[in-house]
Amino acid sequence: MNTRWFYLPLAWALSGCPLTMAQDGQTPELDLLREEIRSMRVEYEARIAELETRLEAAEQAAAAKPSAQGAPATAAEPMPGYEEPAMMSPQTVSVARDSSFNPAIGVTFQGQAWAFDNDPGDYAIPGFPLGGEAGPAPEGLSLAETEISMSANVDDKFTALLTAPIVVEEGEVKFELEEAWVETVGLPASLAVRMGRFYSAIGYQNSRHFHAWDFADQPLVYQAFLGNQYLDDGLQVRWLAPTDFYLEFSAELLRGDRYPAGGAANSGFGAQSLSAKTGGDIGFSNSWLLGLSWLGADADGRASGSEDDPLYFTGDSDLLIADFVWKWAPNGNSRQRNLILQAEFLWRNENGEYSLPDGATGPWDVDQRGWYVQAVYQPFPRWRFGARYDQLSSDEPGSWWLDTPLYPMDSDPRRYSLMVDWSNSEFSRLRLQYNYDSAGEDADNQFGLQYIFSIGAHGAHSF
Amino acid sequence: MTRTIKALALLLLLAPLTAVAGLRVFACEPEWSALAEEIGGDRVEASSATHALQDPHYVEARPSLISQVRKADLVICSGAQLEIGWLPMLLSKANNPRILPGKDGFLEASSMVRRLDVPDSVDRAQGDMHPQGNPHIQMNPHNIARVAQALGKRLAELDPDNAADYQARTADFLRRWNTAITRWEEQAKPLAGSRVVCHHKSWVYLEDWLGLREVTTLEPVPGIPPTAAHLSALLAELGTDGKGADMIIRSPFQNPKPSEWLQERTGIPAVMLPLTVGGSDRAKDLFSLFDDIIERMLSARAGSRS
Repeated sequence: MNTRWFYLPLAWALSGCPLTMAQDGQTPELDLLREEIRSMRVEYEARIAELETRLEAAEQAAAAKPSAQGAPATAAEPMPGYEEPAMMSPQTVSVARDSSFNPAIGVTFQGQAWAFDNDPGDYAIPGFPLGGEAGPAPEGLSLAETEISMSANVDDKFTALLTAPIVVEEGEVKFELEEAWVETVGLPASLAVRMGRFYSAIGYQNSRHFHAWDFADQPLVYQAFLGNQYLDDGLQVRWLAPTDFYLEFSAELLRGDRYPAGGAANSGFGAQSLSAKTGGDIGFSNSWLLGLSWLGADADGRASGSEDDPLYFTGDSDLLIADFVWKWAPNGNSRQRNLILQAEFLWRNENGEYSLPDGATGPWDVDQRGWYVQAVYQPFPRWRFGARYDQLSSDEPGSWWLDTPLYPMDSDPRRYSLMVDWSNSEFSRLRLQYNYDSAGEDADNQFGLQYIFSIGAHGAHSF
Repeated sequence: MTRTIKALALLLLLAPLTAVAGLRVFACEPEWSALAEEIGGDRVEASSATHALQDPHYVEARPSLISQVRKADLVICSGAQLEIGWLPMLLSKANNPRILPGKDGFLEASSMVRRLDVPDSVDRAQGDMHPQGNPHIQMNPHNIARVAQALGKRLAELDPDNAADYQARTADFLRRWNTAITRWEEQAKPLAGSRVVCHHKSWVYLEDWLGLREVTTLEPVPGIPPTAAHLSALLAELGTDGKGADMIIRSPFQNPKPSEWLQERTGIPAVMLPLTVGGSDRAKDLFSLFDDIIERMLSARAGSRS
């Protein structure tokens, strides 16, 4: 408390000798110095006046409290918000500790419960044998992936990120490697290079983590064409054009070990992609993003369909994606109220040969398409309501494929989804979802409950 | 086809040349773009990522912002984790080596001032915590004076040819600002000791500056919207005689319903205060921002007395 008196002579000294020499100097430096000192003086005077007021209040309070009550007159009560008056030196932001260089660590907890009319083990879309991680969630109560993420700058030129989900598959706990990449920081010419394992930049939904999805499952077309989500090892180069609007290009060279590629064809350089994205704002309340991507994948004995009797594809898989996202939030306050419209159209051509479980092999050159459109509306804080429509369609592959899992149904596979979710904060979310799925031979009613909670560091989401 | 590509490439190469000469300043909040304009004058082209009717905690790393940061020579933000939900994403997506934290092109305003409400421990059960203290530092004009000095020096470093000009403009700004502070402090004397109820803890620097007492907040914990149960508890605490506090304050982007509900039942006047430049019709620049805040509080105070 005595420290306040320390400032009085200092303040008087500052106010008493206002650099008389600077008054006739007209140079900007002296001018600036004079005003900076005046700022300090004004701030000190305000501070001292405030402290004097508090002191006075404290004294009055002390005097007002009769000692007969037996309570010791404490100065703390009438001085709310009193803090050490160490006001003159800017604080340093961080405290050096051994753990200061530890990466930002976060854990995302995810669990679910699903009920199906049909046996999800038999789930199949005729004409679109599923590969990779595609397919319905397990029936009943189960843990979805529990994801551990760590990230930090490596040094002044590189930054690194790791996301490693712990999953339970058939009763066994497995530690997976989802993303593990290193990226350049501050390369000239607006370039960035990422290397390691990452979600490909193609499309909009592809690079979004499970916990950031707006529905509990991926769109049907992502399940059919990308094995749920295309993840691979390789190299990504991104360039941000120096335009007044957002325009970004990226190119990837990938190992090609995962669906829709397979077998790390072409000596381990089995897939390439190119994408372009552009976007902007319309007023304060609307923003949009438009993307166009191509993925060219070589498949060498790529397995899909039933796990016990898989189909193997060898050939080229070309995929084009057009994606569009529109976000509306009154005055840009998405926390109060917002609407997200999202749609993607995917076209693919696969050219090569398929071999059937019985060993028969036939030529395959088929065009297929799929799209989805979804809307998620948050009418008031915490609650969001969403609807999604999915559709796939396939050209006729030839009568040779009749009565095989590769021959499509007469009617296009479709799915209708509704969801509602509730978020107490940006770190917690509970979701209820219903799908009417007529993509298989028999239409299916699917009910899902999901939770997503995250602790620790939680990286910002991209648009 | 190749001609089109060549033309496009030429266009892309020329794009930076056609841009306005001078420093491009990307501010996270309008108070800092206003300050950059005060100090940089015509030599800077300043834009703000957020506007006064927007909550700076919750903005998305929109494509338009990425392209702005891409071209910025200086990024100035309140910091202290106010922009944690979007600024790191912008900085990592913008591929701009000049404005990364630690470089001359990045200025964190809150690191220039004495921060209040620095928690001893942080736990998300307590809501949106800012481990480095309350980030809404612009509500004390003395803090603005400090940031102005740092910003003037930084602009002079980034554009050394015009250093003398930035110094002169900083001095001129501080001269006018200090005079204004003295005037505001004189005007605001009747406000000293006022008891305020705040929607969010956005006003601690204003309270500290003017000697206000924060009685409670409408948010049960920071960042969690007011709930009916919490408001009922506040009503019981503040009473219905209008004497529980002197005013209820909120910023323009906060839902007016909770404070109006409480005003109706407690008789304590609810007042909207601009949190930054542009937050009210009158708050057109930094000077009129504080003119308006003090005037609004004085009239609320007068209303509560009568």
